[in-house]
Amino acid sequence: MEEIDVQLVVGAAYLVAASLFILGLRRLGSPATARSGNMLASVGMLIAVVVTLLDRDVLDLADVAVGMLIGAAAGGLLARAIKMTAMPQLVAVFNGLGGGASALVAASEFYRISGDASLEMPADVSVTIMLGTLIGVVTFSGSMVAFGKLQEVIYTQPVTFPLQKTLSAVLFLGIIGAIVYLIVSPGLPAYAAVVVACLLLGVLLVIPIGGADMPVVISLLNSYSGLAAASAGFVLGNMMLIVAGALVGAAGLILTQIMTKAMNRSLFNVMFGAFGAAEDQLGPAGAEGRHAKEISPEDSAVLLGYSKSAVFVPGYGLAVAQAQHQLKELGALLESRGVSVKYAIHPVAGRMPGHMNVLLAEAEVPYDKLYDLEQIKNDFPDAEAVVVVGANDVVNPAARENPGSPIYGMPILDVDLAHHVIVLKRSLNTGFAGIDNDLFYKENTSMLFGDAKASLAKLNDEIKAL
Amino acid sequence: MLENSLLIELYVFVLAVFVGFEVITKVPPTLHTPLMSGANAISGITLLGAIVVALQADGSVGTVLGLAAVVLSTVNVVGGFVVTDRMLRMFRRTPR
Repeated sequence: MEEIDVQLVVGAAYLVAASLFILGLRRLGSPATARSGNMLASVGMLIAVVVTLLDRDVLDLADVAVGMLIGAAAGGLLARAIKMTAMPQLVAVFNGLGGGASALVAASEFYRISGDASLEMPADVSVTIMLGTLIGVVTFSGSMVAFGKLQEVIYTQPVTFPLQKTLSAVLFLGIIGAIVYLIVSPGLPAYAAVVVACLLLGVLLVIPIGGADMPVVISLLNSYSGLAAASAGFVLGNMMLIVAGALVGAAGLILTQIMTKAMNRSLFNVMFGAFGAAEDQLGPAGAEGRHAKEISPEDSAVLLGYSKSAVFVPGYGLAVAQAQHQLKELGALLESRGVSVKYAIHPVAGRMPGHMNVLLAEAEVPYDKLYDLEQIKNDFPDAEAVVVVGANDVVNPAARENPGSPIYGMPILDVDLAHHVIVLKRSLNTGFAGIDNDLFYKENTSMLFGDAKASLAKLNDEIKAL
Repeated sequence: MLENSLLIELYVFVLAVFVGFEVITKVPPTLHTPLMSGANAISGITLLGAIVVALQADGSVGTVLGLAAVVLSTVNVVGGFVVTDRMLRMFRRTPR
């Protein structure tokens, strides 16, 4: 009787926790309520953890408590110390840890059941264990490679070699074969071999993907980490894990879809296309014979200071130059002169979905001044001045005009339709995709060469002097 | 019809995916990074499973695996929620 009561309490508490997760995610629908949404979700997590610890022998809990303390300390420290520019790396690491934890849960179950002669391993249990292991381990090793690329501790360009796809396919089929064998006759050596093969598969899946495609990869791995949690839920028959894992799986999938759409690519093309690899043939357009017009900070200040409306287009280069605060100051200076200022944010402006918005929020740019692709689209033809800082491919009109360009069809910010465009750039170098930018040679475009931070500082001084 | 518990679990999984799609498509692009780190924290729910296996595993290896899972998933949960809050605190409207 008492056993049933505990089950009921735990089940009911899980239902409350799952509801809090959903309500919390819903409150992320607006920046005004988002913080409370995150709080709600964390309360849900607390409830779920506390009831899981209920009805256990306190003595047994000592090890678990120590483990949780270590994890909480490490997680809390990381979360507080991390720079906002490094957020993609942190999320990659967290994705990997989540996947790794789910795989460890599956492995522990496999070890327990296969190690005890008195226990049978029914087919449905072993299938879920194998699935949990596969997804969890691939998420772990794939995320670690993604982290390495983002942190630039390993080679960021796509790494390709002959027969790579064939090797991945053979490896995957081998894993499936080994899993089928394990379901028929569970054994530790074969299981260990599957784990190693899955580690290798995760690496092989991420190394051919280039730096520019990282937003897609992180989104996808985010989805995997949810699926890994759900599969651990199937292993243990735990509804809470299944529901929460499904929610995260869905979130990651939606973000993946948004990112691939913003790049006009298919998921398959991102995963296996090795976009931006050295052997890629670049577009026929070369810089030869074309002249980019240069502009001085003084002239830029006059142009901007006396216009009615300005749109800023920040790209990741802004964050690399650490010039967010200078850009924000420019915005404030122009507004004090009566210029209307908007920020146009392309979905792939940062290294992960929404990254640029966080970086600008950190520089205290109010979120109601940030506009996404759809919202700002119709503003460009009327905008008197556009300032492009550290963005390149997302403002390249070739995506609209040149069917031969590798980025043709990609949704871009049509800055070239504005009256004047000032592009802040170090040099005429190509962007991530390695494509020359027609924008730089347009009639209405002027280049302000130099480091973005220094150029913006000079520009701000000139505007103050107007 | 729903006597098989695996089948019930599959029902719940699929329905939760649909709920997830409905709720998350409404999140605006400006909040996509906090959404991802928040979702990340939620995927640390594996912690519950880690606690269960760490406590029921009898052999030393099974327990060690479970405890390792406890540590990793707690990093995920605590780190995920804290960093999401840190970001969301920075989002401000234009003062009027």
